[in-house]
Amino acid sequence: MSKLIEQPRYSCALGVQQSVIAINRAVPIVHAGPGCSTKIHSLLGQGEGYAGGSTIPCTNSSESEIVFGGERKLRGVIEGALKVIDADLYVVLTGCTSDIVGDDVGQVTRDFQDLGKPIVYAETGGFKSNNYVSHDLIIKAVIEQFVDKYAPSKDEKIPGLVNLFATIPYQDPYWIGNLQELKRLLEGIGLKANVLFGPESGGAPEWLTIPQAEFNIVVSAWPGLKSAELLQRKYDTPFYHFPYLPVGGIESSRFLRGVTDFSSVNREQAEAFILSEEKKFYSHIERTADFMLEFRYGLPRVFYTILDATYAVGFAKYLLNELGILPAEQYIVDNTPEEYRESIREQFRTISERRSASVEFTEDGGGIQEDIRKNQLKQRSLILGSGWERDLANEIGADLLPVSVPVTYRLILNCGYAGYNGGLRLVEDIYDRVLGTYR
Amino acid sequence: MSKVNLNASEVQVREQRLGSITGFAGTAAGLVSCSNAGGLQDASRSFSQCMGCSSGNAFCQLSMITDAAMVNHAPVGCAGDFFGFNFVYRVGQMERKLPAAIGRYFNTNIEEMDTIFGAVRKLEDTIKLAFERAKPNAIFVTTSCASGIIGDDVESVTNRMTKELGIPVVSCFCEGFKSKIWTSGFDSAYHSIVRKIVKPPEKKTNKVNIINFWGSDVFSGLLNKLGYEADYIVPFSTVAQLEKISEAAATIQICPTLGTYLGAALEQVYGVPEIKAPLAYGLAGTDAWMRELGRVLNREQEVEEIIREEKAAVLPKLEEYRAKLAGTTCYLTAGSAHGHALIALLRELGIDVQGAAIFHHDPVYDNGDPAADMLDHTVKTYGDIQNYNVCNKQAYELVNILNRVRPDLMIARHGGMTLWGAKLGIPTLLIGDEHFSWGYQGLLNYAERILETLDNKEFVTNLAKHSSMPYTKWWMEQNPYTFLGGNSHVKAY
Repeated sequence: MSKLIEQPRYSCALGVQQSVIAINRAVPIVHAGPGCSTKIHSLLGQGEGYAGGSTIPCTNSSESEIVFGGERKLRGVIEGALKVIDADLYVVLTGCTSDIVGDDVGQVTRDFQDLGKPIVYAETGGFKSNNYVSHDLIIKAVIEQFVDKYAPSKDEKIPGLVNLFATIPYQDPYWIGNLQELKRLLEGIGLKANVLFGPESGGAPEWLTIPQAEFNIVVSAWPGLKSAELLQRKYDTPFYHFPYLPVGGIESSRFLRGVTDFSSVNREQAEAFILSEEKKFYSHIERTADFMLEFRYGLPRVFYTILDATYAVGFAKYLLNELGILPAEQYIVDNTPEEYRESIREQFRTISERRSASVEFTEDGGGIQEDIRKNQLKQRSLILGSGWERDLANEIGADLLPVSVPVTYRLILNCGYAGYNGGLRLVEDIYDRVLGTYR
Repeated sequence: MSKVNLNASEVQVREQRLGSITGFAGTAAGLVSCSNAGGLQDASRSFSQCMGCSSGNAFCQLSMITDAAMVNHAPVGCAGDFFGFNFVYRVGQMERKLPAAIGRYFNTNIEEMDTIFGAVRKLEDTIKLAFERAKPNAIFVTTSCASGIIGDDVESVTNRMTKELGIPVVSCFCEGFKSKIWTSGFDSAYHSIVRKIVKPPEKKTNKVNIINFWGSDVFSGLLNKLGYEADYIVPFSTVAQLEKISEAAATIQICPTLGTYLGAALEQVYGVPEIKAPLAYGLAGTDAWMRELGRVLNREQEVEEIIREEKAAVLPKLEEYRAKLAGTTCYLTAGSAHGHALIALLRELGIDVQGAAIFHHDPVYDNGDPAADMLDHTVKTYGDIQNYNVCNKQAYELVNILNRVRPDLMIARHGGMTLWGAKLGIPTLLIGDEHFSWGYQGLLNYAERILETLDNKEFVTNLAKHSSMPYTKWWMEQNPYTFLGGNSHVKAY
């Protein structure tokens, strides 16, 4: 079967330039054709951040770099970037052009590393993978080429310190809000979390404490696992894997109890925090349950997800078990590697105590939409997808909440859907859309 | 000598075809004289920031042909601009009261193995599927760095598919690495249209082609008065409409940076006269443009009357605006011809243009006519511009310059630039609709927006107080052209 994509929802390997931008005071240096960075930025991200968008240093490879090689050009751009851009960490990324012609980017970067510059590189030629996969490549590059070299103390573990690897910055439009809430939850049970990306993180100095973590937490279906495995091999740091985004009361508590069991945190303190959070959370659900039961003009009764695996499972569990909306077909659009698919299917098989949902893995958004149009359901439905679903939703009278990129039709600051607070926010956002359809 | 060769599958990039450049620091008059002497040399930068590429610009025009589908033969990252263009497309549909329709854009998803074994098969499959799903009247195939370097024979696939599917399947070569001037992508798009879509004329019509983006309709009123009909191309055209553009009475372009190739191609291949005059920005430019239009359409007298009427309506108000704007300083960044036009317009309003960063420079357009040289016209009419910099969207140079010049106002035409003015506390204005400032009325529209922007300082003042700057102190103290090498401006002095 052909793997063409109509309506892309993620980027190529070079898409991780956005992960780099998400590290405070870090800047990508892109060795690629002239249009790559801009295209990535236009799909992933609203706003430049500190040094993204039009600030990104780039070799803008031209014909002469293709024919004669681009190492000299790259050297010039790195030299310039070190002088012109005020950053704590520089990450050289390659694109299709340099990877196909075979520039030795490693050697060029090493020359600057030898001069003591905080610079690392990774091969991220677009055709090599996508930004879900290469996100781990970048983390690996920073750990091996920067953290290893500059971490003040690698052997001394700090009790209660954890590294959190969660959804991918910018690929997850709600990454900042999600990290904020996950950090709050972990601190609530007595841990101190390195979130590594975004305004909740301390930037490069925080990365340098990665080896000192007591353990690592991966909140993700599969991206981030390779990084946790790397840290286990390297620094002997065990990791706890929670394979989807915990949204709402049940799953946030499950997540926190899982972390608690895995760690040395005080169980009673953790339990007290969980109970107080649940109390707050359910007070809202209880207060508005009559609305959900009695609104007689129609609320969505089934939902489609067209999301990545981490989001799809987390949202589906929450919508079914806590809001009572039933899963229709679930589409997972992150090109999940084969090895992780079975465990995701299993999550949907046992999505509630009495119900299963079927799931399909496909990246072709156009194909998904044809499918949904063909098998139109009788009930009013909710689509958790992207901006691409606008017409589909209109046509089948569904309510759409754009959660996956491109979101475009909403502006996101610190909104997040993880945790107890995220669960509440999700209820608000869904019913805001639903009620907005009534005149 | 014609630069249009429809036998070649690819159009030459602007660097080769027109001698266009992307690096220059000096004055506008210096650049013009250097340009006219044929001594223009490009200067390259040893440090650069990301730009745009031809494939985006090619896509920008082709993707909004209402009944065509796009196949982008590339890794998925190259399709990152699909949704952005879809958004623009939809906004344009709204403005032109067209039914809402999603853009049908497909990506072949070139992966690692394909770079070894080739992705021609994938391309064929994708074209077929696009045909099945979208039922388009034409399919355009845009290429990428990856497909170009691995050497996929796209032309033979599209030729084969044209026969098999019975609709034009047209290749558009726009590999990003081929040109530093991303507007080369427009030429690629137009080349593919003239080569494979446009049919020889059967009759002459009273339509006038208007090569444009997606701005508001400012031409219908004018052309109707003259007994002609505006035909906006290429966004929102149908394939059938494009087949007939050879029958038009004339071609207008809203910006020769955009339409240089298509305007010339239609004239050279099918004899459709192109309006070759400075753009209708500012009084002198608008006068000259209107008269040229009248001459080409054989409506000289009517045009004189329109000029008289419109000027009479506009001039008193213009005087008021001029008085309010006197002494205001401004720095500008924009694409080439439109940037030149804006300079004329700002000068017309009595604003002191302290400098400009213009994305590239074409010493001559495809029609080869010096009358179309907008920068030359602007310099002759309004005088020289100091700090005239040709710079393909290098934000670091811009920040450095703005920090020195500290104008009252910054004007930008492209995204990603206004932020830098605002961060320095300078009111900034981004103009999206290039038709907005067109003609006599455009002067007033622009003046009003400028006054509004100057009056609205609260946001930028506060932003400047609280924002960080990713540029080093060292850089802010350097000459802004520190990284610009070469000898581009030597001959100008």
